[in-house]
Amino acid sequence: MAVYSVFVVSRGGSLIYDIDYNVPKTDVEKTFGYPLDIVLKVFDEKLTVDFGARDGIKIGHYLLAVNGRPVQGTVFDDDRTDVREFLGQQQNYPISLKFGRIKLTVNEKIMLASMFHSLFAFGCQLSPEERSSGIQILEADTFKLHCRQTLTGIKFIVLTDPRLPYVEGLLKRLYELYSDYALKNPYYSIDMPIR
Amino acid sequence: MIFNLYIFDRLGTCVLYAEWNRKKPANLPKDEEFQNMYGMLFSLRSFVKRLSPLDCKDGFLNYQTSKYKLHYYETPSGLKLVMNTSTDVGDIRETLRQLYGQIYVEYVVKNPLCPLDKPITSDFFKDKLETFIKALPFY
Repeated sequence: MAVYSVFVVSRGGSLIYDIDYNVPKTDVEKTFGYPLDIVLKVFDEKLTVDFGARDGIKIGHYLLAVNGRPVQGTVFDDDRTDVREFLGQQQNYPISLKFGRIKLTVNEKIMLASMFHSLFAFGCQLSPEERSSGIQILEADTFKLHCRQTLTGIKFIVLTDPRLPYVEGLLKRLYELYSDYALKNPYYSIDMPIR
Repeated sequence: MIFNLYIFDRLGTCVLYAEWNRKKPANLPKDEEFQNMYGMLFSLRSFVKRLSPLDCKDGFLNYQTSKYKLHYYETPSGLKLVMNTSTDVGDIRETLRQLYGQIYVEYVVKNPLCPLDKPITSDFFKDKLETFIKALPFY
């Protein structure tokens, strides 16, 4: 029963505030022999698991570290040598690999916020009923998204555990806090990120 | 209350559209509406996959607005069933799964005269679908 994160999206669809709370850990570390029974591919300039999910390592997980050395994209963080080359050499085995999901970067969050903005609009447009609002609750098997659009067009989005009912009170409270502490700040210009 | 049902194949062709209690007529031509719907589902799927704090198994399940609720079920072969209902309807994944298993598979896949990538024209299938939907408790 947890709140994962909160986003505030402006009228134009840009992300003006975001914060993460207790995001669950998904890291798994395991020792592998040669040849590697997991197929890796480069996705978005990072190494991800393409095939061969096992022991908690899932498809789409990123390679985070090799023998404790952190990996940055497709190269080692310390000496910038290629990880794939290292994984291809038999003398380096047995090898310990750490996989997990990585946190969204700020850029990805901005992208997802504007994506939600258009999904919200599509939700109204494709409605089979007259005068529908946009998406208020979106359910997936791992999380639930609650959204409230104010009359002025600002969207407050809360990501929670899927078992939580609609958190209307929290969304309302967020709007109050926004009006009190963001809008009443004389140095704040509207639709700009809240600092 | 059930408003309408869309079935898309894995390439995004709308193979079936049916409506029951839809009050607002579409202000777009049908094929554009199907494209919009498919586009939205496609984005929703990738949106959910990226935003999820944990690994998704089924991914996107449903969303709800002030007036309707959209339920989504995708089979591993990529067939997508989308049903719009009123907001008081709970989780109907099992119903959509039955609709796939007992109606679509039985009367489309097992019918050699039904091409799988074209809109379904079989009247027999449509009759069966109509009976299935009208027998649902939340129809």
